[in-house]
Amino acid sequence: MTTTSQDVERTRQRSHVNQARLISRVSRVRESGLLIALIFIIIVVGIQAPRFLSVDNFVQILLSVAILAIVAVGETLVVLTRNVDLSVGSMVGFTAFVTAYFFKELPGINLLLGILLGCALGLILGIVNGLIVSFGRVPAIVATLGTLYAYRGLVFITAANTTSQVNASDVPAGYLALATTQILGIPALILIAAIIAIIVGYFLRSSHAGRQLYAIGSNPDAANVIGIRKERLVFGAFAASGLLCGLAGVLWGARYATVDATNATGLELQVIAAVVVGGVNIFGGSGTILGAVLGAIVLGTVENALNILNISQFWLQALYGAAIIGAVVLDALITRWLQRTILARRKKA
Amino acid sequence: MYSSKQISKGSFFLPKLKRFNPLITIVRRAISPVKLTPEEWIKVIKPAEPIVELHGISKQFGGVQALRGVDFQLFPAEVHALVGENGAGKSTLVKILAGIHRPDEGSLKVDGKAIELRSPTQAQSLGIAVVQQEPMLFPDLDVAENVFMARQPRDRFGRIDWKRMYREVDQLLASLDVSFSSHTPVQGLSIAEQQLVEIAKALSIQARVLVLDEPTAALSAHEVDELFAIVKQLRERGVAILFVSHRLDEVFAIADRLTVFRDGTHIITTPVSQITTEETIKHMVGRELSNFFPKGEAEIGEVVLEVRHLTRPGVFADVNFQLHRGEILGFAGLMGAGRTEVARVLFGIDQAANGEIWLKGKQVRIRSPQQAMNYGIAYVPEDRHQQGLIMNFSIATNITLSILQKVSHLGLINPNQEQQIAQEYANQLSIRTSGIGQLVNALSGGNQQKVVLSKWLATNPSVLILDEPTRGIDVGAKAEVHRITSDLASRGLAIILISSELPEVLAMADRVVVLHEGSISGTFTRSEATQERVMFAATGQDR
Repeated sequence: MTTTSQDVERTRQRSHVNQARLISRVSRVRESGLLIALIFIIIVVGIQAPRFLSVDNFVQILLSVAILAIVAVGETLVVLTRNVDLSVGSMVGFTAFVTAYFFKELPGINLLLGILLGCALGLILGIVNGLIVSFGRVPAIVATLGTLYAYRGLVFITAANTTSQVNASDVPAGYLALATTQILGIPALILIAAIIAIIVGYFLRSSHAGRQLYAIGSNPDAANVIGIRKERLVFGAFAASGLLCGLAGVLWGARYATVDATNATGLELQVIAAVVVGGVNIFGGSGTILGAVLGAIVLGTVENALNILNISQFWLQALYGAAIIGAVVLDALITRWLQRTILARRKKA
Repeated sequence: MYSSKQISKGSFFLPKLKRFNPLITIVRRAISPVKLTPEEWIKVIKPAEPIVELHGISKQFGGVQALRGVDFQLFPAEVHALVGENGAGKSTLVKILAGIHRPDEGSLKVDGKAIELRSPTQAQSLGIAVVQQEPMLFPDLDVAENVFMARQPRDRFGRIDWKRMYREVDQLLASLDVSFSSHTPVQGLSIAEQQLVEIAKALSIQARVLVLDEPTAALSAHEVDELFAIVKQLRERGVAILFVSHRLDEVFAIADRLTVFRDGTHIITTPVSQITTEETIKHMVGRELSNFFPKGEAEIGEVVLEVRHLTRPGVFADVNFQLHRGEILGFAGLMGAGRTEVARVLFGIDQAANGEIWLKGKQVRIRSPQQAMNYGIAYVPEDRHQQGLIMNFSIATNITLSILQKVSHLGLINPNQEQQIAQEYANQLSIRTSGIGQLVNALSGGNQQKVVLSKWLATNPSVLILDEPTRGIDVGAKAEVHRITSDLASRGLAIILISSELPEVLAMADRVVVLHEGSISGTFTRSEATQERVMFAATGQDR
């Protein structure tokens, strides 16, 4: 082989590699697409209502989605494995109520103990979900639809036997401060959500277990053949979702201060909307934490913009729906485009 | 337990005299007319121990005996081909080696040590890599992650070392000379490329045994050449390769030794230089014919269906045949030859790109199954569960599903009429049941098949296409399905019978059309059709 033909060969290979990199970057398109959509919304709304563009307003938006984002991170773990957790709203509601009531009854108690109690409670609820799905072999959508009602029932039973409502004046100021404290000028709530997202995102990217969640969702049979323990990992995803719901519940009680048995009802739909809009494939196997968090922020921004523009709250429901459908359609289009691009590349090669 | 069938050229002395294996080899080589190269002499003088050794392996699925007391040895640096008809037990053996199935009886040795293969992971850790017919990959992830999933290299903090992973996979891919990189998502790769990913996976676990199950089925000629180059390269590195295939030309091009299975038994193991294609085919066929119900007398009438130059690109091309009233036309061929695909076009599920379909002297276009049914074509698909029956409906509901208009008035179903018609067919085909209200999923395979048949007969068709009508049902039920089929033909139905069981086709069919890779490679009348002739055509050999 002469030098020139070697060069040609090398160039050919390099261009293949470059093309491959380009295409692998396309998988992140949904996240950049989401960012573009977000900036677009901000510009359009900003022109209509300049006060939308204030730093204070952006902090408000982030505050409003922080709890949603934490729950969405847990939900992402579950959805990646080709499952779904519909009980998140009830888990948040239950832990919020129990934690708030706990602080009301024992106002002098250590703050950390209350937080741990809430998290532990969420973890237990998540473990029950995981046991039913993984070892009871009940489809996740059915199992968690059941626990959605069962856990909400638990909140009502607890409320009936204790107090119908916990008010802001009933709980120690230290607990409420969780939602209002600022560290280095950044609200603690936003920091907590960011730290959670970074830790879980890092776990998904850099651990064997994290990658195996993708494998299970992408092709369960192939995962089985290479010895991935599907049941355990799916169980782990549900438990983690419960744990994060527990934390979210603790924060919920601190942020809204007044907690009754119906709090966080319907949260699951917002969470799933955020996850799907964030580009996590509802059939598992692809998606990122960054995407899910961005999805939550987009939904929060839309809600905030509708408020500022004085558009009726009723529109919000319709817009959530439109966003979910839009995201899934976009997902299908991108997949098809990706396949066509690769096909065209092959024909050329 | 050695049946007489197992005593064959390759393993005549081996069962009793295994310890003297090297000696036997020397003697056999010495008296064989084949000249040995120096490398081969070294192998003869100091023969390698088999890497994998199977002894007396049996495996049963439901009522079907897939393997019966099979012996098999695989040596380092050999390409060993495993051939046999559909259902000979090749895939079962592969799945046992892969750790997916566990044998009912028999022992397995790896490196001379008895081992129980419990899981695919264990097989991998022993250095056995299996490339399945359909690659098992993760479409959402890239090539590197697919190669290393669950075994990703980690840095000292236990984090996945992505850089090292991509570097190592790129090195592996370089040795395979492929046109994709470690970053390419598997989503868009062709089957051939996905197989290469599987092979890269095998290389990454430093597999000493590579099992390729029908690897060339989905490949173009050029891709096959590339695959073979890689196989040869691996053989030079001392990898033992088990090459499962029914393409004999490829087997003779690449393999060192060859083993034939038939009906789950080991027939022969021999160097390929010691056997011809004709002899191989003789070993592959020759199943017992006694269990099959021969077709009864039927008057062959006028042409009902004629197909001219029917083509569906990439699937089948230029298919021509005629089907007469009262005739059973057998469709023979190996898996993937295009038999079912032709049937799907005739029934309007898929569309042909070119060609003509003539029904009773008129050219027709069949765009949907509904249209096909209106033309009087009925298709009983291969997979009863998925396509033929609604398992949790009653027998009666299933039978009348295809003729709802007939049993309903003003859009409402008349239950009396439904019962009456269903009962008629249940009696006619003697479906054994406690009543036609019984749910279908409680029936045996044979009776389920009869319900499917009833459903289609209720549409009063003139052409009936049966796709593998007896797969997975027991011998008694088989004979009954044969009797019913024969009976239908004698009543003037024109029948296309697709079957992978050669003896069934030969016993039932008036004429046999043989397909090989999408084209007709032979048409035989009942008297011309022998197992060997049909198998020759089915494997694409010219005679």
